Amino acid sequence: MKQFITGNHSVAEAARRCRPGIVAAYPITPQTPIYEKLSEMEASGELGGIMMRMESEHSSMAACISASLTGARTFTATSSQGLALMHEMLHFASGARTAIVMACVNRTLALPWAFWSDQTDTLSQRDTGWMQIYVEHNQEALDSVIQAFRIAEQVLLPCMVVLEANFISHFMEPVDVPSQEDVDSFLPEVNLPRRFDIDNPSYVAGVVSQSQYRDFKQLSQEAMYVAQETAEKVDQEFGSFFGRSYGLVEAQDLADAELVLVTSATITSTARVALRQLREKDHKIGLVKIRLFRPFPTEHVRKLLDPVSKIAVIDRNISLGREGIFCAEVKAALCNSPVKKQIQGYLAGIGGTDVDVDLIQRIVLDALSRDAFLDRPIWMKEE
Amino acid sequence: MQPSADSCEACTPGMDVMRSGHTACPGCGQAISMRLVLRAIGAKAIVVTVPSCVSVIAGPFPYAVANVPYYHAAFEVAAASAAGISNALKIQEKQDIPVLAFAGDGGTFDIGLQSLSGAADRNEDFIYVCYDNEGYMNTGIQVSSATPTHAWTGTTPTGNTRRKKQIMEIMAAHRIPYAATASIGFPEDLMQKIQKARDIRGTRFIHLLSPCNTGWKIPENMAPKVSTLAVETNIFPLYEITDGLHYQINYMSKGLPVEEYLSVQGRYAHLTPEQIKSIQTETDRAWRDLKQKSGGQS
Ligand SMILES: Cc1ncc(C[n+]2csc(CCOP(=O)(O)OP(=O)(O)O)c2C)c(N)n1
Repeated sequence: MKQFITGNHSVAEAARRCRPGIVAAYPITPQTPIYEKLSEMEASGELGGIMMRMESEHSSMAACISASLTGARTFTATSSQGLALMHEMLHFASGARTAIVMACVNRTLALPWAFWSDQTDTLSQRDTGWMQIYVEHNQEALDSVIQAFRIAEQVLLPCMVVLEANFISHFMEPVDVPSQEDVDSFLPEVNLPRRFDIDNPSYVAGVVSQSQYRDFKQLSQEAMYVAQETAEKVDQEFGSFFGRSYGLVEAQDLADAELVLVTSATITSTARVALRQLREKDHKIGLVKIRLFRPFPTEHVRKLLDPVSKIAVIDRNISLGREGIFCAEVKAALCNSPVKKQIQGYLAGIGGTDVDVDLIQRIVLDALSRDAFLDRPIWMKEE
Repeated sequence: MQPSADSCEACTPGMDVMRSGHTACPGCGQAISMRLVLRAIGAKAIVVTVPSCVSVIAGPFPYAVANVPYYHAAFEVAAASAAGISNALKIQEKQDIPVLAFAGDGGTFDIGLQSLSGAADRNEDFIYVCYDNEGYMNTGIQVSSATPTHAWTGTTPTGNTRRKKQIMEIMAAHRIPYAATASIGFPEDLMQKIQKARDIRGTRFIHLLSPCNTGWKIPENMAPKVSTLAVETNIFPLYEITDGLHYQINYMSKGLPVEEYLSVQGRYAHLTPEQIKSIQTETDRAWRDLKQKSGGQS
C-alpha cells in the first residue's frame, strides 16, 4: 500500500515488519523519529519485540551485540555523534559476527556543530567491518532495511543502511509499504546461532594469539566477498518478489558516454535530471550510482568503468588531507584498469549545502572542458 | 552473625563451575572470587566479563576455565551487554537463566559507571558482581576511583589523595532491589548473597572485596586473610541494601584497629601515624553512619 511518509518513517515501517526481537536505541537528531516511531509501535504491540531505551549509543550497540549473539534479530538507528561514540563497538559487532542492522542517518560531525546531511560520519566507519548500503530515496531506504536483514543474517556480518539527513530522513514521498505477509515470506524467521547455550557452553570473544587474530580477520574478509554475492542475490530476489531492485551499482547511459559521473545517495536523483537536460544539448554523459559501499563492489565498478577514460566523482563527504571518499575508492578500484583514465573529484553538498541541477551541470561542464585533471578535489559551491 | 557453612548448598566441595588451570597469579583474589561466585550461581548461567584480570584468568582462546557460556564484552559495557542478553532471553522465553556480569572496580566505578547506571535505572534483569581490587591491576596497578586514600599505586607513587568512591551509595540511589557487599574472607556469606540475588528479579549488585596480591604488596597466601581483616576492622563492612532503602548489617565485626589491616600491606608501608589516625577516624565515622542507616543495629 502506498503511504506518503518520511524516510525515517519508512525505515521504522520496514524495521517493524522485519519483526526484530530487540531494538536498543538512543535519540539524536535527525534519527530521533525512527526511535520514536518504533517506541510507539512497541507500545501498541505492533513491534512485537522489546525496545531498550538506552543511556547512550555506545551502550545501545553493546546491547545489540550481546542480544544478537544470544540469537535475537536486532535493530538500531543513529547519526553522527552517536555513530562516532559507537565506534569501538562497531568493530566489536563485526568481529563477533553479529547480524545487527542499523539505520544511519548521515549528519555532519562536530566541530562545528550542525545538523545537515554529510556522509563523513558513516564513511569514516568504513573500516569497522560493517556492510554499508547508501540509499537514494525513501522507498530505497525501506527496501534496503528488509534486504539488509536477509543479507546480514545469511553471512553473519552487521549492516548499515545509510540515509541522508533531511533529504531522506525528513522529506515525505509516496512509499510502497509492503504487507506484513509479504515481508514474512521474503524474510525468514530469525535463526541465528545461539552463542550462549547453557547445555553446550562456549567462550565468546576470547583472547587470541597473533596468528589466530590474523586468521579471524581473513575469515571476515572472505565473509565480505560472500556478502557481496549475497547482497546481489538478495536484491535480485527482492526484485522478483516486490518488483523493485537497485543493484549494487547502478549504471545509466554508459554506451555512448564521453564522460561518466559517479554519485551516491540523494545527489543521484538530481544528477539524473541534470544529465537528461545535458543530453538534450548533446552532451553524452553517463551516470554510475554506487549503492553498496562495503564490501566495495570493485568488479562491478571495473566492468562498468573499465572502457571509460573520463570520470567525475561527486562527494558529499571528505577525508581531510586527502579528498572525497567515494572518489578515492573509485580511483583505487580502477588502478588496474587497462584503459588510461582521468578522474576528477568534486566536493559538493558538504555540510548539507544544496546540490541542484545547475551545480551538477557546472561540474560536468568543468570536467568536459578540463585539460588537466587534478589530484586535489575541486570545491563546488552555490552561485 | 556469620552464616554457617551447612546452610549453603553451593559451599559443598565438588560443585565447581570453574575448572583447574586458570592463568592468574598464584593466590589471586580475583580467581578466588570467580570460583566462589560461579560455584554459587551454578553451571546453568550466562557470564559476561570485560577486560580486567578476569579476562586473563578465563584463559586464552580456545581454552576456557569456566564451564558456562561466557562472553568477553568491551571494557565499559558489562551492564549493557548483560542487559542485551537478558532481554534476548526474555523474548526466547528463557528468562529463568541467570545472567551474571563480572567486572573489576575500574570497569564498574569508572569507565563502566554510565552503562551500569543506565541498566540499573531501567532495572535490567541481571546480577552484577564488581570484584574490587582497588585499582587497575590488569594494566599493572594504576589508581581507580575505588583506590582508598593514601594507598600506593603506579600512578599515585606518593599515595592516593582521593577518597574511595561510595559505589554502594550510588547503587542504592538507583533503588535497585538488591545490593550487598561481600568479601572473599567470608565465602559462605558471599555465596549465600549470590544465591539470594539469583532468586530476585531486576538489577542486583554485589560489591566484592577481592585483593590483588601484587598490587597490594602482600604475600601470595594472604588474600583471604587480608579480606577478613578488612571486614574485622570495619574498613569493608558486610551489609545488604534492599530496594535502595533498607540497610542490614550482616556481620558484627570485632572492630579491630585499622592498623592491623594496613600494616600487613606494602601499598600502605609509607603511611605516617597521622595518616593511619585519619583512616581510623573516617572508618569509625562510616561505621557509625552504617549502623545508623541499618536502624541502630549493633
Ligand atoms: C576502552 C578501554 N580503555 C582501556 C582499556 C585497557 N584496560 C584493560 S583492562 C584495564 C584495567 C581493568 O581494571 P579493573 O576494571 O579494575 O580490573 P582489574 O584489572 O583490576 O581486574 C584497562 C585499563 C580497555 N581494554 N578498553
